[in-house]
Amino acid sequence: MKSLAELQALREQMKGRVGIRHDDDSSIRVVVGMATCGIAAGARPVLAAFTEEVAKRGLSNVAVGQTGCIGICQYEPVVEVFEPGKEKVTYVKVTPGMVPAIVSQHLVNGTPVTEYTIGASGAQG
Amino acid sequence: MMQELSLNVLDVAENSVRAGASLVEITVEEDTAADRLTIVIRDNGKGMTPEQVQTVIDPFYTTRTTRKVGLGVPFFRMAAQLSGGDLTIQSQPGEGTTVTATFGLTNIDRMPLGDMNGTVSTLVQCNPHIDWVYTRRKDGREMVMDTRQFREILGEVPLDSPEVLGFLGDYLRENTAELLANE
Repeated sequence: MKSLAELQALREQMKGRVGIRHDDDSSIRVVVGMATCGIAAGARPVLAAFTEEVAKRGLSNVAVGQTGCIGICQYEPVVEVFEPGKEKVTYVKVTPGMVPAIVSQHLVNGTPVTEYTIGASGAQG
Repeated sequence: MMQELSLNVLDVAENSVRAGASLVEITVEEDTAADRLTIVIRDNGKGMTPEQVQTVIDPFYTTRTTRKVGLGVPFFRMAAQLSGGDLTIQSQPGEGTTVTATFGLTNIDRMPLGDMNGTVSTLVQCNPHIDWVYTRRKDGREMVMDTRQFREILGEVPLDSPEVLGFLGDYLRENTAELLANE
């Protein structure tokens, strides 16, 4: 069983490292659609997969968050990636299995995974 | 329609976030003797008038709305009623809103609860500025996760840092497993 004493220990470990997360111009934002449509289509495990993958790789310049319904409910789960100075990339019908490729190819190496994007799905972006 | 009750909770709790709540309390209680599952989502947000409550419960109640009405609460209500339960909303403008859903625990048409811990983790991660209290109760025993306690211990360490979210996930999973294992 986990106790709050372990949280105390975690805090001691982390104390010195707070503030290294930079929310400056180099930060990438990943947002998952979490309205009724997104949740029903499976957005929760997608968000969890992004969080886990980003933490595993220690990507301190990536923030993972949520957004509401952007009006393309038939393509949910929808994930948008915002990089400073670049056009937004919209991934559609995302599954947790697609997340490692998006993280490594796009978030780390800067090349969007075209086959998962809304453009490749034949829809109007 | 959602596949798990925990997804309904994730969806309906979002209303509390949008209502400007600073504290949201979610309680999931199994009562074997009464054969009942109760889910309560209580917030201290801006609350609703009786007319707004009516609109939220039934999106077809009125054609005269100034804003879009979602399907979150109607889905949750349908899930409750299908299992022989019901959904009620108590709300007061300026005070907050409490959504209470009851289910027939062993009713064949009751949806599985699903991954409540995943729902709670997601809510904390996406809304770290809000305090969350999650109580999981079974036949009188309970486990509680209160982000106010977390914050007190964490001090300047953010609640939504990856390490803390990892701890939160383990905390919920292990303590829920222990609660459900102790018969």
